[in-house]
Amino acid sequence: MIRFDHVWKRYPNGREAVCDLTLEIGRGEMAFLTGHSGAGKSTLLKLIALIERPTRGTVVVNGQNTATVPRAKIPAFRRQIGVVFQDHKLLMDRPVYDNVGLPLVIAGVPEKEIGKRVRAALDQVGLLGREQNRPIELSTGEQQRVGIARAIIGKPALLIADEPTGNLDPDLAVEIMNIFKRFNDVGVTVLIASHDVHLIDRYGVRRVILEGGRATGGAEPEAMPDLPKLLAERE
Amino acid sequence: MKQWLERHVQTLVGSLGRLWTQPFATLLTVLVIGIALALPACLHVLVLNVRAASGGWGNALDISVYMKPAATLEQARQAEKRIAQRRDVEEVTLIEADDALAEFRKDSGFGEALDALKDNPLPHALVVRPAAEFREPATVETLSAELRKVEGVDLVQLDTAWVSRFNAILDVVRRVVLLAAGLFALGILVIVGNTIRLDIENRRDEIEVTKLVGGSDAFVRRPFLYNGVWYGLGGGLVAWLTVTVVIALLGEPVQRIAGLYGSSFRLHGLGLEGNVVLLAGGVLLGWLGSFIAATREIRGIEPK
Repeated sequence: MIRFDHVWKRYPNGREAVCDLTLEIGRGEMAFLTGHSGAGKSTLLKLIALIERPTRGTVVVNGQNTATVPRAKIPAFRRQIGVVFQDHKLLMDRPVYDNVGLPLVIAGVPEKEIGKRVRAALDQVGLLGREQNRPIELSTGEQQRVGIARAIIGKPALLIADEPTGNLDPDLAVEIMNIFKRFNDVGVTVLIASHDVHLIDRYGVRRVILEGGRATGGAEPEAMPDLPKLLAERE
Repeated sequence: MKQWLERHVQTLVGSLGRLWTQPFATLLTVLVIGIALALPACLHVLVLNVRAASGGWGNALDISVYMKPAATLEQARQAEKRIAQRRDVEEVTLIEADDALAEFRKDSGFGEALDALKDNPLPHALVVRPAAEFREPATVETLSAELRKVEGVDLVQLDTAWVSRFNAILDVVRRVVLLAAGLFALGILVIVGNTIRLDIENRRDEIEVTKLVGGSDAFVRRPFLYNGVWYGLGGGLVAWLTVTVVIALLGEPVQRIAGLYGSSFRLHGLGLEGNVVLLAGGVLLGWLGSFIAATREIRGIEPK
């Protein structure tokens, strides 16, 4: 679903956020992306959502090499990915309904169907009945759930989240993570950047650890030594 | 198709609703555009009316044709008939020598001097009025050259010089109006463009979010284009209202002046066609101004 092949990302100010990163996340997989702040987690997610382009190397998302996506095609590319942000990025002056339905409005879905799907998405995150509230009237946890509803309403095959529990107290964080887990259970590929190690430990899913822009531990399945093969070769 | 239309109508109404939430700022923009449209529109109305009024002075282009002193009344009548058949002539009036003398005696006060003359010194004369579509200086000149060739004609007199001058001045004024309209149009583009630019700046976060969830530049731009259309339409209406009020205020005094000169001239407005052009021009300028500004600005806003 996601493949990074020797990817480098150097920002105009000279900072090297990602160095020689190789990584693969399979279809239907759920993975946590961890590491200190500044380790390149956000950059990695931005490279997936085509908010940034790699300086070197290739990033393949859902079978598409992002280098071959021209500027004009970026919107269509983003519509196949659900993105959840730490700061929610909601439209504060619009009701929840408009926020969650936005991706469908962009995609040109008929109004009647939007209504149905907004309610379905809100139901999945436990906010049914809050359509007409404004985000300001909701708690931070609820706002994050609105953000998740917006990310999944377009039925994306890939869901990425940048510190979705960063501002939440532990109970709320667990609740949010459970929502992600439920989407993964129905086949959605989920990649979550988080530094909340205690929380991550509760889920028996793969961890990708970033350090100084490189994947250092538990990363690529192909990087794991194939023991039987090694032994056979030695003989 | 239906969905596309539905979406556009929704955006159209939505953008109006959004403008409505800042009535003062919107009103200011609309007023500025309206005034910028009204100025050239008023000048245009002025030129239209001057032309209409000068059209009423058609007799200024009448041609005086004097027969030779020896020509008989019969010859003058024949010349009258022949000239009247021309398609560039609207009307020919024969002034017999005796009538002319009688009138001159009455008007000039030279009665006694004239009595001293043995014969009538005046020839028969014809007053030729060119047809309406031939009242341009050039065509009148051609006509008078033809009249000179008519049998028995001695002298053809016309005074087109001042008509030419007047038309030349009117041409200059018309061009000035055109130039002014062009400059004001440019001004409107700048005003709308700048207003839209500020609108976009105020909604930067919203645009970033929309782009993040897959909104294309065209999708983000659409409501701003409708804003421009509304600004333009509002400005057009203000301009229309201004022109209407100006004409209503000036109509009565102008008619009084015209009355004093024995004319039935009345002040005319832009007319249906002119008003449609005014409104359509406003809408087009509003749209174009916002298109230029929005395309540029929105391209520069990318999520970070």
